[in-house]
Amino acid sequence: MLKNSRLAVALATAGIAVSAALAGCSSSGGNGAGPSTVVTSGGHSAAAFPVTIDAANGSVTLDRQPSAIVSLSPTATEMLFAIGAGDQVKAVDKNSDYPAEAPKTDLDAYQLNAEAVAGYRPDLIISAGLTPAQMKQLTALHIPVLDEPAAQNLDGTYDQLAQLGQATGHEDEAAAEVTDLKAQIAQVTKTVAASGPHSYYYELDQTYYSVTSTGTFIGQVLATLGLHSIADAAKGAAASGGYPQLSQEYILNSDPDYVFLADTKCCKQTPESVAKRPGWPKMSAVQDGRIVALDDDIASRWGPRIVDLMKTVAQAIQEHPTA
Amino acid sequence: MTSRAAATAVPRARRGSHPARIPVTVSAALLLGAMVLAVAIGPVREPLGSVVGTVLAHLPLIGYHTSTTPLDQAIVWDLRLPRVALAALVGAMLSAGGASYQGVFRNSLADPYLLGAAAGAGLGATIAIVAGGRGSLVLPAAAFAGAVVAVTMTYVVAAAGAGRSAGYAIVVAGIAVTGMFTAVQTYLQQQNTDEIRQIYNWLLGSFSVATWADVRLVLPYLAVSAGVLLAHRRILDVLRVGPDEAGALGIHPERTRLIIVGAATLGTAAAVSVSGLIGFVGVIVPHAVRLLAGASYRIVLPVSMLGGAAFMVLADLLARTVQSPTELPIGVVTAAIGAPFFLFVLRSRRTRQGVL
Repeated sequence: MLKNSRLAVALATAGIAVSAALAGCSSSGGNGAGPSTVVTSGGHSAAAFPVTIDAANGSVTLDRQPSAIVSLSPTATEMLFAIGAGDQVKAVDKNSDYPAEAPKTDLDAYQLNAEAVAGYRPDLIISAGLTPAQMKQLTALHIPVLDEPAAQNLDGTYDQLAQLGQATGHEDEAAAEVTDLKAQIAQVTKTVAASGPHSYYYELDQTYYSVTSTGTFIGQVLATLGLHSIADAAKGAAASGGYPQLSQEYILNSDPDYVFLADTKCCKQTPESVAKRPGWPKMSAVQDGRIVALDDDIASRWGPRIVDLMKTVAQAIQEHPTA
Repeated sequence: MTSRAAATAVPRARRGSHPARIPVTVSAALLLGAMVLAVAIGPVREPLGSVVGTVLAHLPLIGYHTSTTPLDQAIVWDLRLPRVALAALVGAMLSAGGASYQGVFRNSLADPYLLGAAAGAGLGATIAIVAGGRGSLVLPAAAFAGAVVAVTMTYVVAAAGAGRSAGYAIVVAGIAVTGMFTAVQTYLQQQNTDEIRQIYNWLLGSFSVATWADVRLVLPYLAVSAGVLLAHRRILDVLRVGPDEAGALGIHPERTRLIIVGAATLGTAAAVSVSGLIGFVGVIVPHAVRLLAGASYRIVLPVSMLGGAAFMVLADLLARTVQSPTELPIGVVTAAIGAPFFLFVLRSRRTRQGVL
């Protein structure tokens, strides 16, 4: 009985914040933002193999160009297809819903069954933040694992693209993708450069978990658009690993310039539903229509589509400027 | 294995009249069947021939060679077998621990987590995860230490209330220590939302990352613990009647209790350190054994070990096949089967007084 209530408390607490963890958990280990080891060669071909990649889980050597990749990371899946390695992908996990042609399976990266992964006979497994125990188990199968945990910032994204390019024999496409992303981001940043610093409340779920500007990937991305989170000033925000749980009173009292909803899919939130919350209509962002609905999936990944999210935000700033 | 050896070591077994012989044989057969089934079935379809071939090829001194591919061999030998072995060991330990606690504290609701082992292990594991210990040994070591610290604290706190009410004082102290450790654990978890999924998965218990190293890690503790508990099975029968009766028979109740609780805690801590928190097994298995085979600890202990092992192996088989390829936390399976069964036991206890 006693253990029941104990577990219940644990479950409730965990349940409350799982979406927060989902929305951008950065693994406690490496951050994929290490120095890129990719050297662009004349062309991309199997001749470049064997390659050794300095990944978050140590150095990984691939003897041949992989042709049966299993991706357990939605972000890595997006990256692989963006750099033209999609044909080499044999299976992706059930959360890898983009692009549509990705070979989606029932594999669950969070409740991982190593045997089911092995069943696809992969010659490369790409993950995002495996636990040491999971890593040990996959190692026993003698299948190379490339761990690409949540990036800390945009440089981390660029590094992971380069690493995946190297691992799949698509170094040139990866380099081109990085160049293109940088150009697009510079373009977006320019459009809002003049509109000055703005504050925002970023909503991860219905219990008001939020993000800080410096401790999270999404916070740093938004910071390049001149935005800073109201969570930065919240007590204990840094200690929470960048994902503090805010009280409604704090949010209302901060009266942010913009409200970003990253819980439109998970929790069916809309600018209209936010406007109906008790007390919230008093906020100027609600009154002046400065609530921006974001795609949860894009917002919680660190892949190439982050530039789409930046465009959405920049457009909202231009269309609904602060007074 | 230990239990079978111990059961046959009972002198009267030689005269062929030992009451535990039939239940032990039946539960051992049940365990064997469960293990064979669990090794044969998995998310990947492996032909029975290659499963048998793989097992033979890995056994020493046989020199058997199989044509099964190295990956298929790894699936059977490195993923399935350690998982089945670990589930059996943990199931046996939690059941034996629960049965012993129930006897020592004369409380039919006692489970191996009664004195704070679960909360202590949970806090230890959470600290290890939050601190970012990367080695695969850090987590089990921290969970083990947490469990031992929590139960020791319970005992030290309760030591003041010695005498006739000592058992009661220990149980209450266990509740307080559990509450305190859980509060700290929940606080740490809430402060570290990044790691919440990892902590959460650990709390629910799982064998999904079992390796042979885990089996080797816990085997010595479990062997010692099971051996000590089995050696006390007759004394548990006396303690079950009451401390006064035990005293009259020349048994020192407090010292005996300390030994039994110590052994059960050591084993439980080792089990929890590699499997996380798996509920209900320690309560329902001993009760089922009492209902089906008899209340004497000479039956309850060995049969609970074998039956608990079989139950856990089957529960884990369900955990990895029901939603294949997604894993179900095994705590969900044991609770889903355990909770209804628990209500059934409570109901029948009302009509059949004196099950324990």
